[in-house]
Amino acid sequence: MTVILNQSFTGVSIGAVLLLIALGLTLTFGQMGVINMAHGEFIMAGAYTTYVLQKPIENAGISLLLALPVAFLVAGSMGALLEWLLIRRLYARPLDTLLVTWGVSLMLQQLARDVFGAPNVQTTAPDLLTGSVSVAGVTLANSRLFILGFALLCVCGLAAILRVTPLGRRIRAVVQNRDLAEVSGIATGRVDRTTFFIGSGLAGMAGVALTLIGPIGPTTGTNYIVDAFLVVVVGGIGRLRGAVITAFVLGLLQSVLEYSTTVSVAKVVVLVGIVAFLQWRPQGLYTVRTRSLV
Amino acid sequence: MTTTSTPPATVPAAGPPAGPPDRPFQNRFRIPAAFLLGAVLLVGVAPLVLSDFRLGLLAKYLCYGIVAVGVSLAWGRGGLLVLGQGVFFGLGGYAMAMHLKLADAAATGQPLPDFMQLYGTEGGLPWWWQPFANPAFALAMTVLLPMAVAALLGVLVFRRRVKGAYFAILSQALAAALAIWLVGQQATTGGTNGLTDFQGFFGYDLNDPVNQRMVYVIIAIVLLLLMALARQLFVSRYGELLIAVRDSEERVRFLGYNPANVKLVAYVVAAGMAGLAGALFVPAVGIISPALIGIVPSIGFVIGAAVGGRASLVGAVLGAIAVAWAQSTLSDAWPAGWTYLQGLLFVVAVGFLPGGLASLTTVLRRRRSTDGVRATKGVTA
Repeated sequence: MTVILNQSFTGVSIGAVLLLIALGLTLTFGQMGVINMAHGEFIMAGAYTTYVLQKPIENAGISLLLALPVAFLVAGSMGALLEWLLIRRLYARPLDTLLVTWGVSLMLQQLARDVFGAPNVQTTAPDLLTGSVSVAGVTLANSRLFILGFALLCVCGLAAILRVTPLGRRIRAVVQNRDLAEVSGIATGRVDRTTFFIGSGLAGMAGVALTLIGPIGPTTGTNYIVDAFLVVVVGGIGRLRGAVITAFVLGLLQSVLEYSTTVSVAKVVVLVGIVAFLQWRPQGLYTVRTRSLV
Repeated sequence: MTTTSTPPATVPAAGPPAGPPDRPFQNRFRIPAAFLLGAVLLVGVAPLVLSDFRLGLLAKYLCYGIVAVGVSLAWGRGGLLVLGQGVFFGLGGYAMAMHLKLADAAATGQPLPDFMQLYGTEGGLPWWWQPFANPAFALAMTVLLPMAVAALLGVLVFRRRVKGAYFAILSQALAAALAIWLVGQQATTGGTNGLTDFQGFFGYDLNDPVNQRMVYVIIAIVLLLLMALARQLFVSRYGELLIAVRDSEERVRFLGYNPANVKLVAYVVAAGMAGLAGALFVPAVGIISPALIGIVPSIGFVIGAAVGGRASLVGAVLGAIAVAWAQSTLSDAWPAGWTYLQGLLFVVAVGFLPGGLASLTTVLRRRRSTDGVRATKGVTA
């Protein structure tokens, strides 16, 4: 019983990390059909922001809280810049965007290597988050709980923005029908850039959260990016609900499989499961219904 | 969805002499002549003028060129962004490497390949290693195994009309999964180290420079044959259909064809070519390891074709060779610089010159030949 609970908690916390990373992706991929391979490097940028902020600010708690908005701004600006420089020129060619952003990601990784050095660096976690609590014989690490709570907070915040604010309404309109949104007087280009800013900013905050789990390095983002894309593919583009369910299901599946087999077998089984799932629902769990043939 | 308005004049005739009608004679012989010249240079001249070391490097680059032939078919002509060619390269490579390992062990009278003794594999040779002792089986598997995996994934994915970015991500995830699995099964696959240290190649001593030259000649001939095969596919009715699927899949479907089958053939053939490349890579370079087949090298297989010109066969092959050359030349001297350059190549070549260098002359001359238009158009998929 304890084993099951322990594994469930591990699974949920893997899911929370996946969710944090995939949130930004659902937004950018969902709205623009753009595969941003540099998303992982925005995560890395967020993680390094935490690292940099800890140098002048001794108190780990304050620097962590400060790092969240700063990382959001740093990664968000990087994303908006990328959108403005490259991605908006390539909207007609989404597959090429994938390769171009991969190139950007290579350069950003090398930049991180040159600036911060190739070895991973460790940040100090606040005292409050280093301990753990025991519930019914299950040890719950505080940092994992924090990430879980933070992920849920981000989901709720993003859902609220999408549902009630004028910006959210515009974003939804562009996702559903870009042409119609444009003739209705929405400046789709500006909406795109804002979406990209928010999506990349979320990646930055995910990077801050990742510093609590382990050391960070130039390849921190890349390690997660393929899994995060799989979450988006399975969840269906443009829908938060799909991403939330998929992230936790994949996280649980991964942790159960890792427990009963090995890490490598678990990865393969999860991938096979995803291909099988797409047989049943090729457009993902939830999808925006349109009349287009694609 | 806005359809690309292709002027009908750019659709080439289906027959082999596809050149402009004003100079039929010249064009009829131009391609065979260029092919012959390439063949003479690769097989005749290169082994004479290059040192053993350089020839070995060239053999490695040519293997990447073979992969690029398949990439050009699947991606350039079919619009399938194949980000997982490393899987097929690896399957072919490991199939060959397993046979060479077993043959080496048999030659020295050992029951197990050397690395297995090192890791203390229990219960003798795993069952899935055993058939690879047979050279004919191993050779067949270098091509058939990748093709079978590609066919399975292709049927599942294309039938359900999973396409574009979804397909790219799935093929990439496949590459990641295979690499991770290989690393995990250290006792039977060699783990991170991969399979290396081969002594013989079907009875020939691989440490003998003469035999290394023989391996090079085999690779060069295979590359030339596959290029000829791909060219025949390009100019066949199937090639036309493949381009049609790339540019407007729905229209092809409405015309009564099944795009899934058209894409499947391109994907499977490309996988077979990558498998063969992997198999030839093993005796030429002497190693196959997860680091050569994961996500990063898989995307690397695509960049060469993108730089040279994805839709142009010669462009893709030359691009792959050039990028591989630049990588091994630069990455030793200045590793950081190479990574920046590689990133820049992706951004510039794919973002601003989607037809690759092969389209540069046409772009500059402002005379849009058939290939130039094909290369720059309809790469949305």
